Amino acid sequence: MSTLHTVNKSPFATQALVSCLNHAKPGDAVLMIEDGVYGGLGGTGLTDIIVEFGKNVSLYVLSPDLAARGIDAGRLAPGVEGVGYDGFVDLVTKHDRTQAWL
Amino acid sequence: MSDVKKFLYVNRKAPYGTIYALESLEVVLIGAAFEQDVALAFLDDGVFQLTKGQNTEEIGMKNFSPTFRALGDYDVQKLYVERESLEERGLSEDDLIEVVYEDEDDDWAEKPAIRVISRAEMSDVMAEADVILSF
Repeated sequence: MSTLHTVNKSPFATQALVSCLNHAKPGDAVLMIEDGVYGGLGGTGLTDIIVEFGKNVSLYVLSPDLAARGIDAGRLAPGVEGVGYDGFVDLVTKHDRTQAWL
Repeated sequence: MSDVKKFLYVNRKAPYGTIYALESLEVVLIGAAFEQDVALAFLDDGVFQLTKGQNTEEIGMKNFSPTFRALGDYDVQKLYVERESLEERGLSEDDLIEVVYEDEDDDWAEKPAIRVISRAEMSDVMAEADVILSF
């Protein structure tokens, strides 16, 4: 039994991503969408924390939202994977429930 | 009954700055009519929704905090509140309104619906839900 968490706010504006990571269980997945994709960047004040959580939780960003913001996938933190809309659907079907962190 | 699902309503916003908290309560009251297993979770700024003594007279908005006390009448028996979120905001259980329900398995004794739990326990509550609705 596992959960897909979605986060749609920048971690520099709200606590949503950090709170999500603090409640996620090993084997869960976190998909960063919309302004949430800023949480997947390398070289930020939060990168170390995110990479650490990534040891237990799978981390994804929605590539179209990343591209829309002019961010190259090469700037993602280690362990953060880009997925398309089809990958989003796959993640929803793979997990038992989806929890949105607004 | 296998068709009863566990619904968890997750509340992470303070009450009056946005419409999330009021909308959540409205949806809970609607959902409660469908006889599902309903629980509410309050964490992060969501814990501010349950503080005692709210007075909205001068901001022109409805004070909906008394409505939480009616949840027991809708057979909503579980309001989980995260202890760490309270402590980070300088609050304790004593600062929260009282919500009770009548336990049909215990001669309809009134029991507190608010249960202060740890962050780890909150993770468990979330992982046990069939459906999570976020506000």
